[in-house]
Amino acid sequence: MAEAEILSAPMVIEYPFSRTVGPVQSAFLTGLREGIVVGVRANDGRVLCPPVEYDPVTSEELTELVTVADTGTVTTWSWEPAPRERQPLDRPFAWALVRLDGADTGLLHALDAGAPDRVATGMRVRIRWSEPREGAITDIACFEPVEDDR
Amino acid sequence: MTDLVLPPELEGVEMVRGIRTPARLDYTFTAGQATSRFLRGIARRKIYGERCGTCGKVILPPRGSCPIDGVPTSEQVELPDHGIITTYCVVNVKFSGSAMELPYVCATVLPDGADMGLFGLVQEIPFDQIRMGMRVEAVWVDDDELTHDLASIKWWRPTGEPDAAYETYREHV
Repeated sequence: MAEAEILSAPMVIEYPFSRTVGPVQSAFLTGLREGIVVGVRANDGRVLCPPVEYDPVTSEELTELVTVADTGTVTTWSWEPAPRERQPLDRPFAWALVRLDGADTGLLHALDAGAPDRVATGMRVRIRWSEPREGAITDIACFEPVEDDR
Repeated sequence: MTDLVLPPELEGVEMVRGIRTPARLDYTFTAGQATSRFLRGIARRKIYGERCGTCGKVILPPRGSCPIDGVPTSEQVELPDHGIITTYCVVNVKFSGSAMELPYVCATVLPDGADMGLFGLVQEIPFDQIRMGMRVEAVWVDDDELTHDLASIKWWRPTGEPDAAYETYREHV
């Protein structure tokens, strides 16, 4: 059979999912809408943020929600040189795991640092809030560097 | 559910109950040689299958090889744009972005001479009168809307001919 020119075309697959969030994520997302960050106290006294419904060690249900600060410390990060559509920022940024002050675990979000040589483990950052906020992780626009405030 | 202890800032405010989490995948689909041949036919209102030189079955839509024998298909076969419904599904659930009026029917249509069916809509008949073995023909889009896409077949409609006997298509169900 004759060789044909190979056809190709753009194809987009999109699923418009929505879901309920449960009581703990509800508190976390409601907090974001109100401009505060909510964690949960685990049975060993640690504060987990973002919060989870069950203790990661004992599997017991967790109920004590607490607020943590909107400042924190980068514990690990990765540079994103070519952001894609719908990522948090439209310019290169760092994905950073940030341990917020008052929390013992990390929250993953974008860090608007400008260049990879301005990102370091241990650096201090603060949440830049979105306006308006609707109760979603995107209520945090990103993290931004702050001068060492400790 | 155990009662949660909320931070004071959240007492009395309306709680978030759900979120939207759309998932989107952007692809460039490359058809490959056999499917390109098939889609070029579709853009001219022609349906081409490809025959396996080992088992003799006519593969549709052709992928360049026989899924049974694993060998390259060797012969292009022009198929008519009419055939039978081998199986179908009544759709009662609307999905986002669809303008179809419920209920409607999706079916596998086996063109005469093919050994595999094409997936498509069945229209121009009440949904509860559609049946296995019903003879149907393709309704194509207008000339200026023909593309390298199975959407060039708008839907299939009954021809009014007698149904095919189950024995004649049982191996394709």
